[in-house]
Amino acid sequence: MIGHNTLVVLLGCAALGAASGVVGAFALLRGRALLADAIGHAALPGVVGASLIMAGFGGPARSLGPLLLGAALSAWLGLLALRALTASGRIRPDAAIGVVLSAFYALGTVGLSIAQAMPDAAQAGLSHFILGQAATLNESDAMLAGGLALACIGVVAALFQPLRALCFDEAFARSRGLPVRALDLGLLALLLAVCVAGLPAVGLLLVVALLIVPAAGARLVTRGLPAMVVVAGVLGAAAGASGALISTRFENIPTGAAVVLAGLLGFGATVIFSRR
Amino acid sequence: MTEFLRLDLPALLAAILAGGTCGLLGSFLVLRRESLLGDALSHAVLPGIVVGFALTGLRSAGPMLLGALAAALLATFAIGWVKRVARLETGAATGLVFTGFFASGLVLLEVTGARGADLDVDCVLFGQLETLVWLEAQGWASLLDPAALASLPRQLGLLASVALVAGLVVALCWRPLQLVAFDPAFAASLGMRVGRWELALNLLIAAAAVAAFESVGSILVVAMLVCPAVALRLMTDRYRVQVLGGAALGAGLGAAGVLLAGPIPAALGLTASLNAAGLIGTLAGFVVAGCLIARQRPAVGDARS
Amino acid sequence: MTAPFSVSGLNVSYAGRPALRDVTWQAAQGLTAILGPNGAGKSTLLKAALGLIPADSGEARFFGLPLEQARPRIAYLPQRASVDWDFPASALDIVAMARLPRMRWWGSVPRAEREIARAALGSVGLAEFADRQIGRLSGGQQQRVFLARALAQGADLFLMDEPLAAVDAVTEQTILAVLHDLARKGKSVLMVHHDLSLITAHFDQVLILAGHVVAAGPVAEAFTDAAIAQAFGGLPGRS
Repeated sequence: MIGHNTLVVLLGCAALGAASGVVGAFALLRGRALLADAIGHAALPGVVGASLIMAGFGGPARSLGPLLLGAALSAWLGLLALRALTASGRIRPDAAIGVVLSAFYALGTVGLSIAQAMPDAAQAGLSHFILGQAATLNESDAMLAGGLALACIGVVAALFQPLRALCFDEAFARSRGLPVRALDLGLLALLLAVCVAGLPAVGLLLVVALLIVPAAGARLVTRGLPAMVVVAGVLGAAAGASGALISTRFENIPTGAAVVLAGLLGFGATVIFSRR
Repeated sequence: MTEFLRLDLPALLAAILAGGTCGLLGSFLVLRRESLLGDALSHAVLPGIVVGFALTGLRSAGPMLLGALAAALLATFAIGWVKRVARLETGAATGLVFTGFFASGLVLLEVTGARGADLDVDCVLFGQLETLVWLEAQGWASLLDPAALASLPRQLGLLASVALVAGLVVALCWRPLQLVAFDPAFAASLGMRVGRWELALNLLIAAAAVAAFESVGSILVVAMLVCPAVALRLMTDRYRVQVLGGAALGAGLGAAGVLLAGPIPAALGLTASLNAAGLIGTLAGFVVAGCLIARQRPAVGDARS
Repeated sequence: MTAPFSVSGLNVSYAGRPALRDVTWQAAQGLTAILGPNGAGKSTLLKAALGLIPADSGEARFFGLPLEQARPRIAYLPQRASVDWDFPASALDIVAMARLPRMRWWGSVPRAEREIARAALGSVGLAEFADRQIGRLSGGQQQRVFLARALAQGADLFLMDEPLAAVDAVTEQTILAVLHDLARKGKSVLMVHHDLSLITAHFDQVLILAGHVVAAGPVAEAFTDAAIAQAFGGLPGRS
């Protein structure tokens, strides 16, 4: 039996997976998928900071909206740091990602050790943001995350043609007068939104997998971008929902891990299918 | 003083050894333009550690290390395989493989019950520098007492061995490592087996990641591998300064993180003690930021090494 | 006298697509230019001969010996491209790398080896840049550092992959002078070259490739309009 709350959580995770697949498809083609790793880790100090601030004002320490806002802010700072490092001309993007994700994550763990010492246990549940725990989501949390994910899909649908031009032929996009910089920024914002929406369910450590795995699988079995995006969305939704289902059944298994393994199963299937 | 020996010294030594070893090897990752492998290997060793732990019980570094090296090897080949069959660029293939390994490690941790032993998720995520203690220490004389030394946390033994091996390898292969990092095609034309050199270096880095893992956790190992090397990349044009400086900076950051974890919150009027491993990574981030700002001034001087 | 370099029945393919088909050729002593359009397999020939990429079949011999036995007598100058110019190394460090097979791996570079490296840098006109980080040299100077590294190997046969591509006039003159100096000393050079100028004035022989051997031999005999037209697809005189 699946209760009402569980059903809402499953639907939320499916929406999340679909959005990750859809946005991940573009990010993968544009060579930006790994940024999700930096974004996810860089969100931690924001989550902890927002929680500490709310506790300081005597508010509810674990209201999802403000936590996600904090996450988005610090992830954005992380991306700015990333750009500053690569702009030096000395540090390659992969090294810069390593610095940003580890240093921001470290700052977050320091914040967590402060939160742990707070009398009213402000940290309760914060560590779920690291590995993800869909089972602890309540209905409104799931609807917030799912709604954010659906909004991302909507934005992608509206910007489909310009994004496609950006990913396949930047020079062509420029020659057509498309604002390449703004589009890149938009793609980055989508990536950030999907990662942040995914934090409570999938967790910051593994959210990157949800952006890479479905898109990589979809590319193997499709020709043409529209099909790839749709298949990536379906694979992502399946991974999200089945991962959440597994982790609600076996409470010790973090949702993030279950989602990744479910996604990889789907990826394996596409590999086999593509070799036929 | 006995208090220092019992409670602070083990963590301090562990942080210095972990930071120094990772800082030393990290330069080769960054110079080879393979920084991502640091991230990948430090995550990918988790299932190996868990299986090594689960198969043999506990408290012994050997099986854990073997398991981890096997996992690292497997992950390296898996990345190559995924690149080929899925026609993915290196970054995406690496991300796909290491998250898969890490996720299986987390699940194995729950399934095998390794969790019951020393190894738990908190250690993976936050490290456990604080739990390293040396209760048998009676005073400075204990440092010369074999019986007391034998009761030092076992993590220190593994860290010291890996540090020694890494130090020796880098010292004895000083120039081949430089050549393999700089121009692998030319190295191959001289008859060097570049693929084997790179694999050996990766396994050494995986060993360092495992040894450091028990003290600072999976993710903060990345900070120790990448941050000191990147800081030096911003500051120097000399190979010797890059490699030795990276090791020194890593060790210094390790020491600073452990030593400041208590005093900083005290100075701020907080009762908490900060997560020392996290503080190491945070300080490393600040050092990189500082180097980045310092670099904005025009650089001077020629390279020599 | 054995030929400095020979290949027989060499076949190389990339991902199933043939790049070189049944190449059998013998180089004579002296300066040889390897010519052909893009994708003709010029660089592939050098790389496959040196074992840097796998060959499907065929074998290369150097002074009549297989690669492993002849390695100390061979120097390779890769195409300028993929190294990291920010790498923390000076011009002298780079040149000293050539001496690696002949010196210990640790400690400082022995004085005698350092002098050999310095002399090689001097012969390409870069003596005063020995301590400069390679990224702070001009493109042509960087190319000359790599030539100096090949010279420092003390080889008898030099395989050079497009050393004259996109270099300044001083560098081109220096490289050509070095080539003639090598030839005078009885060394041999196989140089992949991207255009058809300089051939008659500077080289003894040519090998013209287009996936297979189109023509080979002394410049006067093999460097003909017909061979060029065949290799370049009717575009003779391509500069």
